[in-house]
Amino acid sequence: MIQKVSTCVRDAISKIGSSSSIFIGGFGSAGMPDRLVNALIEQGARDLTIISNNAGTGEEGIAALFREGLVRKIVCSFPRQRDSHHFDRRFRSGEVELELVPQGTLAARIQAAGTGLGAVYTPTAFGTELGEGKETRNISGKDYVLEYALSADFALIKAAKADRLGNLVYNKTARNFGPIMAAAGRFTIAEVDEIVSCGALDPENIVTPGIFVQSVYFASENVG
Amino acid sequence: MSAERERLTIMLNREELARRVAQDIPDGAYVNLGIGLPTLVANYLPEGREIVLHSENGLLGMGPTPAAGAEDPDLINAGKQPVTILPGGSYFHQADSFGMIRGGHIDICVLGAFQVSSRGDLANWHTGNAADIPAVGGAMDLAVGAKKTLVMMELFRRDGICKLVDKCTYPVTGLSCVSRVYTDYAIFDISPQGVVVVETDPQLSLAELKRLTGLPLLVNSV
Repeated sequence: MIQKVSTCVRDAISKIGSSSSIFIGGFGSAGMPDRLVNALIEQGARDLTIISNNAGTGEEGIAALFREGLVRKIVCSFPRQRDSHHFDRRFRSGEVELELVPQGTLAARIQAAGTGLGAVYTPTAFGTELGEGKETRNISGKDYVLEYALSADFALIKAAKADRLGNLVYNKTARNFGPIMAAAGRFTIAEVDEIVSCGALDPENIVTPGIFVQSVYFASENVG
Repeated sequence: MSAERERLTIMLNREELARRVAQDIPDGAYVNLGIGLPTLVANYLPEGREIVLHSENGLLGMGPTPAAGAEDPDLINAGKQPVTILPGGSYFHQADSFGMIRGGHIDICVLGAFQVSSRGDLANWHTGNAADIPAVGGAMDLAVGAKKTLVMMELFRRDGICKLVDKCTYPVTGLSCVSRVYTDYAIFDISPQGVVVVETDPQLSLAELKRLTGLPLLVNSV
């Protein structure tokens, strides 16, 4: 029988070692798998490459990964925010490498990886600093930049509900990067608010089929 | 230039500018409003038009700010502010959201700008200053992906320098992507012939506007 659900956060992230590349879902705090990220900090894997839309704000989540000095590189679209001081400090001191990617290109590269494509041609960033040094091609009169697929060793995402097979549904705009990171992560861990029995999710409405999810973490304090 | 500019009457304040942009958005349009000044446009969409707002973090049919206490941290806009969803709205993931943008499904996007060039190049993501940490978000995708990219900006920086320029000096967001620029002094179309003044205060002569912008402006002859 397939049983992907774990109620122990340490077990859920136990495979993550130093120098791993990790997708972290979320757009701001919506869709951020807070418990998984906090457990990662506690576990102490270092030299991480983080791929996420933002570089964290305040003291929690991704910001805390920077505070603890666990990140070597971040791939993101929007690192600079009002309260992104932990990233700012590590970046300015040269401890952290930044790969800035337009948001749609980030999504396209992740989706390409999850769907077995090596790269995509996108019109985004043609003729700009972020397209510099990249292969270009004119297709039917329009200029495109070649962008390579972006996969990661792990994906940490947040969903609303899961069943034991790892089928997922999300909550509102917290869906954001979840489905594409789930598909592109070599080992995907979904933190969920609720576990439902197998068959309870309407097959017409499952957003991420369980084939893309290797582990589901459900905080047992959520019970009841 | 700055002191001279002070003596001119500003044609439109921020709210009036937002109202003016909103007037040009037709019934049935799918629209993305950028962070900052363009967000104000949502407050002035004319009654009787059904305009569907897209938010690139994964939402179509975005509604107004919720009442105090009714905010949902999982329902936010691209500026990470709490919003609502209207009947008929939908949620989708990032690849679909940017597929809508790059795929030409968004009719209009309204963006803010540091500079717009006379050939429609847009600069709005980075000052180019090495001390500033760059952030791009969805700006580059929106600039080239939407069917029509409108810019909404103050015509002059605080120090009086004109933001409508012959050539962008800031790093560009997209090339030849802007079709119209709404400013507090005038509305300009970017045409193959050059920058066309579409609308301005009758008190502001073309000669005066040419002098202030330093650009060889054309008038709308239609």
